[in-house]
Amino acid sequence: MSAVVFFIGAAGAIAGAVGVVMLRNPFYSVLALVAHLVSLAVLFLLLRAEFVAAVQVVVYAGAVMVLYVFVVAYVGDQSEGIGARLRAGPTGGPSAAALRLGGAVLAGALLIELLIALLGTGLKAIGTDGAGYAPGPRTYGTPAYIGNLLLTRFLLVFEVASFLLLVAAVGGVVLARRRGGLEDDADGPAAPLNVIAPASTGTMVEGIGTRAR
Amino acid sequence: MTIAWYLAVSAIVFALGAVGVMTRRNPLVILLCLELMLNGGNLALIAFARMWGNGDGQILAVIVMTVAACEVTIGLGMIVAIYRRRLPIDVDELRELQG
Amino acid sequence: MSATSWGWLVLAFPLAGTLINGFGFKRLRGNTAGWIGTAAIGLAFVAAIGTLIALQGHDPQHRQLVSSLYNYASTVGIDAKMSILVDPLSVWMILIVTGISTLIHLYSISYMEEDRGFNRYFAYLNFFVFAMLLLVLAANFLLLIAGWAFVTAASYLLISYWYRRRTATSAGLKSFVINVVGDVGLVLGTYFIFKHTGTLEMLGTFSATAHGAFGAHGDGDLTAACLLLLVGAVAKSAQIPLHTWLPDAMEGPTPVSALIHAATMVTAGVYLIARMHPLFELAPAAQDAGAAIGCATLLVAATIALTQTDIKRVIAYSTMSQIGYMIMGVSVGAYAAGMFHLMTHAFFKALLFMGAGSIIGAMAGEQSLDKMGGFRKALPFTFACFIIGGLALSGIPPFSGFFSKDEILLVTGELGGWHWALYVLGYIGAFMTAIYTFRMIFRAFFGDPVAEAQELEEGHLHHAEHPTNPATGEVEDTDVGFPGPHHAIAERSLPMKVSMSLLAVGAIGAGLIQIPEVDDVITKFLEPSFAGSALYTVRTKDGLLVFGLILGTLLGLAGIAIAYRVWVSEPGTAGRVRARFGALYELFVNKWYFDELIDAAVVRPALAAGRFARDVFEPRVVDETLVGGTSGIVRASSAAVRAIQSGFVRYYAALLVLGVAAIGFYFLLQS
Repeated sequence: MSAVVFFIGAAGAIAGAVGVVMLRNPFYSVLALVAHLVSLAVLFLLLRAEFVAAVQVVVYAGAVMVLYVFVVAYVGDQSEGIGARLRAGPTGGPSAAALRLGGAVLAGALLIELLIALLGTGLKAIGTDGAGYAPGPRTYGTPAYIGNLLLTRFLLVFEVASFLLLVAAVGGVVLARRRGGLEDDADGPAAPLNVIAPASTGTMVEGIGTRAR
Repeated sequence: MTIAWYLAVSAIVFALGAVGVMTRRNPLVILLCLELMLNGGNLALIAFARMWGNGDGQILAVIVMTVAACEVTIGLGMIVAIYRRRLPIDVDELRELQG
Repeated sequence: MSATSWGWLVLAFPLAGTLINGFGFKRLRGNTAGWIGTAAIGLAFVAAIGTLIALQGHDPQHRQLVSSLYNYASTVGIDAKMSILVDPLSVWMILIVTGISTLIHLYSISYMEEDRGFNRYFAYLNFFVFAMLLLVLAANFLLLIAGWAFVTAASYLLISYWYRRRTATSAGLKSFVINVVGDVGLVLGTYFIFKHTGTLEMLGTFSATAHGAFGAHGDGDLTAACLLLLVGAVAKSAQIPLHTWLPDAMEGPTPVSALIHAATMVTAGVYLIARMHPLFELAPAAQDAGAAIGCATLLVAATIALTQTDIKRVIAYSTMSQIGYMIMGVSVGAYAAGMFHLMTHAFFKALLFMGAGSIIGAMAGEQSLDKMGGFRKALPFTFACFIIGGLALSGIPPFSGFFSKDEILLVTGELGGWHWALYVLGYIGAFMTAIYTFRMIFRAFFGDPVAEAQELEEGHLHHAEHPTNPATGEVEDTDVGFPGPHHAIAERSLPMKVSMSLLAVGAIGAGLIQIPEVDDVITKFLEPSFAGSALYTVRTKDGLLVFGLILGTLLGLAGIAIAYRVWVSEPGTAGRVRARFGALYELFVNKWYFDELIDAAVVRPALAAGRFARDVFEPRVVDETLVGGTSGIVRASSAAVRAIQSGFVRYYAALLVLGVAAIGFYFLLQS
């Protein structure tokens, strides 16, 4: 039974990952990532990390992805045109196809190395199901367990992480704020390249709608 | 399923994320692929935590998620700022930091 | 107080004078600096007398005293102490140096009055005296070399004292460079000595040498050391071939010429050879070289002096010639005679220079004998001093030069062998000395008075409308860096009169200290310094002595008579002689072409090397290859590295992944 659930989860995760990488429209990529995250949460559950799974769904898929959706909607559809596939790179370097191939090769090399590293180690324990598990209210994986750890052994980490969140929040506000009222078209220097780039309208309808123009 | 399977999944997800980072031109998508890589790492952490039986890996996974959230905030904030300046959202065009 | 304490005082007073004058040079007004300087050296003279008395209080075996003040370094192998050696030879030298210096300082107060650099002058002059005293009092080679170098520096400072005169600064540089050549010889000689004896102390070196540190008699290293020391002596004492700086050094003020280039600095070479006599006596080759150089110099200088027209240069070449006598003397072993002549020469040469300063003052800075004449009535005191100095220089009894010069030649005669040549040439030189000395006196003081002399007879000191450089005729001013507006003559200046009178007394009577067959004061006094010397003997052969004395007197009188005939009684003779011996005259008046020789042999190659370095080596090798090459390599490699920073994020990401993969691969291989 758990094997089946595992395969479902694993398939979902990998499919989602592939979708993120391959889908043209960024909005679709976001959705693929959400699917991936939920699958990953399933895998976490299988690994007895109940709290982390919940956090994954609630925070990651629930909050971070929503943020992503907002920004994608605001920025609009910036998907790469068909011509981009065939055109040469910006400096006359390798074309997009060659880049993709190179990237795939490198990542493939990395994958093989990781697999060897992870699976070829002398760790016999990865051949097992893990350490023993006794269910209970405060056992491994429960919120109480995590909370206990956070407030005792990992207190400093906890505090620093919260501080980091504060800094990030402030930074995000500073980065994205408007200066002095609503922007109109005259604000900011007009980059000459913008003439060639596809114009963005910034509404969700158009962001969702079409494929590459 | 033994822990090894989970580790394999995590490696595959990580590698896919790397491909995406190297290949895509839209910075938003690049950030998404970065998230993929982080998630791959998370999965490995949880798997090892299960293997050892103590909660350190889970805590670390939570912290990684926190850090990912912060990074996403900043990254998206930058993209919004770039968009507002009417610059193209394309990492190949945004290359002024060069030697 | 012990003799060495007095010795330290002798050093301390001039140093104090230098410091006071040097640090206070902006604040001291009027003649104060001059009196401070004179007082400093006067006190040093008193201290020197104190040293003498204290030293004579010891019995003769124990009259070589060393006193150390400070240990510079006591590392393995080198003992570098700040120590002085008080013994009869150094006491002799410090008496001469401080005595003559006091008188010259006194003279300078009047001579340099109203010169804008008055304070600086006295600071330099005191520094020079300090340096010279350091040189003669040094007990080890380290301080000797230090004193030697300081003296070179002081001489340079004083020669180019009127620093806005191009001729003066060039002369200063020339003296410095040639003296540095001598310094190199001195230091290398010291190295050879140190290599064998292992000590820098002089007394230690001498005893080590006596005990065979250098191996067999006439060992190569010892001869090399002595020859190198001789190079140093030759440069400092202006002997051939390193003599060309001395005539040019007359660019300095006349008291400087009197002090440095007559009485003290140029005698340092003589002192060196006398002090190093234990080494020289074991290296006969070096002794012979020294004697030959001294003899050659005395002849060449005498011939040149016959033709020079600048009064100071005549006296300069005369100095060169007399030092040649001294070098010859100490090289053949006539140490007492050489030192005796050093003392008498200091008196009459300084006197002659002071007189020259007076007559130059009367001529408002003009130095050429061609423009002088008939000053007998206008400058009676100066004339008297010139006569006294001239007679002493020519070796006429009972003046001092007679006794000392003849003693040197006597010793060379007694040695026999090839030294007879030195004897003969020495007397020929004495003959020429009398001629050129009285040529100078007759031309300047006899004959029809020139315009300046007539003005002076009427009581009015001549002043030129514009001050000019006597050598080149360039117009100058009287601001700092050029001579001041005041021209001093002895008749009108008490300090000058006092100093010249004292020197005249010395020139007349100093020889009477050691009259042959009557007393041996100097020989006995200096004996403790030369104990152990095989050559330090008291005179034996009487016949030669009497013969020499009579010959010397006759030659001197004959020279005066010839000079009188050529330049006074039959005025056209000089022109006729010049016409008949035209080529010889050209040789002498061009100073035997030594300057041209050195120019061709040394200066031009050096300049060519410099030009080569500037035009070829520097731009091509250094700039292009070394500097340019290095920076080119760096630039090229950084350009290569820069290409990685393309600005494309994806390339960076790819590089990152590549790097991670590579590291992972490495570690996988490891395990």
